[in-house]
Amino acid sequence: MATTRILEWIGRLYIGLLLAFLYLPIIIMALMSFNASPFYQLPFEWTTEWYASLWQNDQLISATWNSLEIAIITTVISVVLGSAASLALYRYDFPGKKFLQALLFPPIAIPWLITGTAMLIFFFGVGIGRGLFAILLGHVALALPYVIVVVSARLQTFAPELEEAARSLGANQWQVTRRVTLPWIMPGVIAGGLFAFAVSFDQFVVSYFLSTPGQTTLPVEIYAAIRKGFTPEINAVSTIIIVVSMALMLLTARFFKFGGEK
Amino acid sequence: MAGQVAIGSRSGLRSALPLLLPAYLWLTVAIFLPLSAMVFFSFMTELPLSGKAWAFTLDNYTAFFSQGLYLTLLLASLRLGLEVTLWCIVIGYPAAYVLAKVLKGRSREAIFLLVILPFWSNGLVRIFSWAMVLREGGILDTALNAVLPFKINIDLMYSYPAVIIGLVHSYVPYMVLTCYLTLQAIDDSLIEAGRSLGASRLQMLKRVIIPLSMPGLVAGAALIFVPVVGSFMEPRILGGRTGTFYGTVIEDQFVAVFNWPLGAALSFILLAVVLAILALAAPVLRRAA
Repeated sequence: MATTRILEWIGRLYIGLLLAFLYLPIIIMALMSFNASPFYQLPFEWTTEWYASLWQNDQLISATWNSLEIAIITTVISVVLGSAASLALYRYDFPGKKFLQALLFPPIAIPWLITGTAMLIFFFGVGIGRGLFAILLGHVALALPYVIVVVSARLQTFAPELEEAARSLGANQWQVTRRVTLPWIMPGVIAGGLFAFAVSFDQFVVSYFLSTPGQTTLPVEIYAAIRKGFTPEINAVSTIIIVVSMALMLLTARFFKFGGEK
Repeated sequence: MAGQVAIGSRSGLRSALPLLLPAYLWLTVAIFLPLSAMVFFSFMTELPLSGKAWAFTLDNYTAFFSQGLYLTLLLASLRLGLEVTLWCIVIGYPAAYVLAKVLKGRSREAIFLLVILPFWSNGLVRIFSWAMVLREGGILDTALNAVLPFKINIDLMYSYPAVIIGLVHSYVPYMVLTCYLTLQAIDDSLIEAGRSLGASRLQMLKRVIIPLSMPGLVAGAALIFVPVVGSFMEPRILGGRTGTFYGTVIEDQFVAVFNWPLGAALSFILLAVVLAILALAAPVLRRAA
């Protein structure tokens, strides 16, 4: 089957080209963050000046802390609430359950532009206003459906007989949950948490509409900086973000198989 | 699957409620109430804040239909969504096929991870990195001029193609992911059977592989089309003055012009269009599930 072999090599080559397309701009950005010219001129001259001046940029630093804080709080809240909801959807049958499950999809499917502007209007209308608290409210709502979907997927592999066995051996509901169910779904909970962190940490659109000067997150600050004009500090901070996000993703992949069964 | 514990549905609800309530309360406050509020505000003349007088009106919607501008921009955004989706299919589907049917074992796992990895990096940052590549005197320009013997000027920045390139780059991993999942589920023996019965490669593709992977294609298309129609940051950064789309007009209403009721009406029209499109895609997706 010579043709098959040739076709397979064309396929591999094609994947290589796709990967080049996907990584080219990212690699260039990372390289430019170490280039001395502030206008990205070549030849390349090595410097860490932009990383150093990043530390002097108080606005970027405080926005970074805000982003991290919000992402961590979002992760904790959405993991706790989401896992509880997944357990309830798994264990119990009740009227309207299908409807509740269907309700998880609008937050994922509706463009963030619409969700973000709607939140802005509503939070303003009820007096919550804009700022970090509003951003947190929004991020948890965006992350929750992802957590519930991921944890529920893990629960599908759980054998309910295990809970029954534990119960018949005299464990109460809380003991069953803590000793039997939770350990089993832990990989799903961790994967859901990493999803939640990524959704929050990378979130731009919703944060953008809900932020005020001074109470803002890193992506919003970057957007403002890009629109004011390029500065190589953005490259430096972007490179850091990309490295962090990708590391997180690799961690997620460890806990949650995306590729399906081998 | 469910209901192993509580058989009676009423007692099921009573046990489930304390676990469900916090999550759904949060979703209600931060998603469902805001969406309802947006619909409500879109029928107002002014925001009822700080004692301003307001009244109910249909003006925000008649503005959409009477001024050709908004309709033109919505059509431009739909076209942008369609083009980006098509490019993602053209680029992503073959890649998904190679991943699912050609590569095996660890190399498949590693490359799959590599393909979806960029999509976990910040979207804004990726779009910005394209700006560096595409502008005049940028990387593409410099690199091509270093290789080619004659002088050419490449300045794709602030153009429609730049917006397309940036968006396709951002969204193509979705298409690879969804198509890969359905292609992988096709049994290899099915393909072998078809081949041994004399079907050509092209026939197999047309009669077996594409129909069976249709749910993945449709899911990917929906996942790409919907956010692209509502995109505003990518056209702003890469499109410059040519980057005015429906999404950027909505953004303007909220952050520059401060005509929130009009912005709400425009958002709601977009939501209706998006939901209609998702409803069209739903039967195909349900058949898959």
